Amino acid sequence: MDNVGMVLVALIAGALRVSTPFLFVSLGECLTEKSGRINLGNEGALVLGAMTGYAASYETGSAWIGVLAALVAGGGLGLLHGLVCSLARVNDVAMGIAVMLAGTGIAFFFGKPYIQPSAPQLPVIPLGFWSDAPQIRSALDVSPLFFIGLLVAFVMTWAFKNTRTGLVVRIVGDSSDAAKAMGLPIDRVRVIATTIGSALAGVGGSFLSLSYPGSWNEGLSSGQGLVAVALVVFARWNPLACAAAALLFGAAGALGPSLQTVGITQGYYLFYAAPYALTLLIMILTVAPGRVLRGMPGELSLTR
Amino acid sequence: MTIAMSSEAASKATAQPKQPAGDWGYPFRRLLEQLLVPVAALLIAATGFAIFLVFLGTSPLDFASLVWRGAFGSWFSFQNTLQRAAPLLLTALCVALPAQLGLVVIGGEGAVVLGGLAAAVIGASLSALFPPLVILAMAVSGALVGAFWIGLTGWLRAYRGINETIASLLLAYIALAVFNHLVEGPLRDPASLNKPSTLPIGEANMLGSLPGMNIHPGLVLGLVACIGFWIVIQRTSFGFAWRVTGGNLRTALLQGLPANRLIVIACALGGACAGLAGMIEVAAVHGSANASLAAGYGYAGILIAFLARQSPLGAIPMAILLGGISAAGGLVQRRLGLPDATVLVLQGFIFVSILASETIYGRFRWFQPRGTA
Repeated sequence: MDNVGMVLVALIAGALRVSTPFLFVSLGECLTEKSGRINLGNEGALVLGAMTGYAASYETGSAWIGVLAALVAGGGLGLLHGLVCSLARVNDVAMGIAVMLAGTGIAFFFGKPYIQPSAPQLPVIPLGFWSDAPQIRSALDVSPLFFIGLLVAFVMTWAFKNTRTGLVVRIVGDSSDAAKAMGLPIDRVRVIATTIGSALAGVGGSFLSLSYPGSWNEGLSSGQGLVAVALVVFARWNPLACAAAALLFGAAGALGPSLQTVGITQGYYLFYAAPYALTLLIMILTVAPGRVLRGMPGELSLTR
Repeated sequence: MTIAMSSEAASKATAQPKQPAGDWGYPFRRLLEQLLVPVAALLIAATGFAIFLVFLGTSPLDFASLVWRGAFGSWFSFQNTLQRAAPLLLTALCVALPAQLGLVVIGGEGAVVLGGLAAAVIGASLSALFPPLVILAMAVSGALVGAFWIGLTGWLRAYRGINETIASLLLAYIALAVFNHLVEGPLRDPASLNKPSTLPIGEANMLGSLPGMNIHPGLVLGLVACIGFWIVIQRTSFGFAWRVTGGNLRTALLQGLPANRLIVIACALGGACAGLAGMIEVAAVHGSANASLAAGYGYAGILIAFLARQSPLGAIPMAILLGGISAAGGLVQRRLGLPDATVLVLQGFIFVSILASETIYGRFRWFQPRGTA
C-alpha cells in the first residue's frame, strides 16, 4: 500500500478509536448543558470511570461489569456536582474543577494496585472481515461502545425533540423563569441531567481502559473531558453533531500517530495539539460578541 | 460567565454601605464572617477526609501529625513549605486578577511553561553577561511571554466573545505541546540524554538563597506581587475600575470604562505573574527548561485563588497551606504507605467544601448589619 493510503487507514482507525471517549463525554456534557449547567468535572468522571471500569473488570472477570461500574462511578461524581451546584451562589465552573480534582484524586488513589495487572478487555466487532489487508482489518475492529454511543446520540436527539422529558430539560435550560412559572422542579431536573451526563462520561472513561489504549495508568486521559466542553459548543448542543464532532476530533488526535506509521516523526508533539488548536480555531470562526449561538441553552453561564 | 459571577460581586458591593449609625460592630462581624466561613469549610473538609482515612484503616491523627511535621513542624520543613508556596503565589494571581473582572481563567499552566521556556532560552543565550542583568532579562522575557499567552485569552474573550475558561484551557494544552516540541526538538541540549532539557543557563546565573535561609528569592517576589496587587485592587482607581467591570458590566460601560481593554490588561498581568513563576522555577530550581516545569503549578493556582475567594492577600495563607500539604506528601507516603494521590484527594475535599461554603455567606443574621431600634 502506498504511504497516503496507509496514513488514511491509520487516520480512520484512529478516528474510530479515539473518538469514542469524546463521543460519550460530549453527549454527557451536552445533556448537562441543555439543562443549564456546565460540568467541567466530566474530566474527573472520565478518569474515575476508566479506573473503576478497569478495576471491576479485573476483579469480576467481565469487561461489561466494568462498564457498568464506570457508569455508576461517573454518575456518583455527577450527583455530587449537581447537588452542590444546587446551593445558592455556588459557581458551577469552579465546582467542576473541584469535582475534576476530586475524581482524578480518588481514581489515582484507588487505582495504584491496578496499574500492573491486565484486566479482561471489551470485545470488538470485526467490520474489516472482507479485507485481506491486516491494516484494514485491525483498523475496522470497532468497539461495541462506539455503536452504543451513536445510539445514545440518536436517542438524545429524538428525545429532545419529541418527548416530554426532553422538553422539560430544554425549558429548564433555556429559562428558569419559564420553568418556575410552569412549576417544574428546576434543581431536580439539573441534578438528574448532570448525574446522567457524568455517568456517560464515566462510560467514555471505561472505553479508555477497557478498549483503547486498553490499560489503566495515570496518564490515560489527555483532557478529553475538558475538550468535550468546547466540542459541545462546536456541535451547537446537538447530540448528533456531537457524534460528528467527536469523529473529527478523533481524526485530529490520530494525525500524529498515523503520520508516525509512515516515518514522519517530526513535530509529533505539535500534532498532539491538533484537536485543541482545531477547537480554538472553530470557536474563533464561529463565535462573535453579542451573537447568540443557535441551540445554546439560555441559562448557561458559558457564552454570556 | 460575567453575569454568573456578577450577582455575587454585586451582593458584596451592596452589603457594605447599609450601615446604620449605631452599628459600630458590623465591620468586625463582617470580617469575622469572612474568616470563620473558610475555617469552618476547612474543618468540614478535614472531617470528611478523616472519615475517608478511617475507612481505609489509617489513623487521621497520625496523618495530621505527619502533615504538621512535614509541613510546619520544624524550620527545615517550613522552609520547604515556603519554597513550594512561592510559585503558587504567582499562579494564584493568574486566576485572581482576571477574576476581579468576573473572568474564570484556568490556563495558567500554559503561561508557566512558556514563560519558563522563554526565560531559559534567554538565560542560556546571554549566560556570559553580568548575572544580575541576565536574571533581569530572564524575568522580563518570562513575564512578557506569560502576559502574551493569557493576554491572548483576554483578547479572545473581550473582542471575539469566546469563553475565557475554555479558551485559556485550550491555549494551555497548545502551550504544553509547543513546549514539548521545542524542548525535545529544536531547543534541546544535545547533552541532556535522559531528560530532554534546554541548554543550561549556567551556575553563575542561578538565583541563590535568601540570606540565612534555604529559600529562593521567588518567595519574596510572590509575596510582593500578592500584596502589591491587593493594594492595586483595593486602593487605586485602576483596581476599582476592574471591580466595577466585574460587578456590573453595564454600569462600567455607562461610566465610560474601557471594559474590553481592562479585561486584556488584567489577563496579561495575571499571565505575567504565571510566566514569572515559570522563570523562577528555571532560575532557582532547575537551571534549564524541562518537563519538571509542567508540575501543575498553574492548576494548583486555580485552587488557591478560589480558596482565597480571589483575594490576592488571602492567596498568601492558602498558598502556604497547599505548599505545606504538598511538602508533607513525601513523608505521608513513606510513613503511612499511602499513595501520592492522597494529597490530591485531600485537595479535592478542601476544594469542594470551600466552594460549597460560598452559599453560607449572608445566611446568618448575626453577621448582618443591625438597625438601631
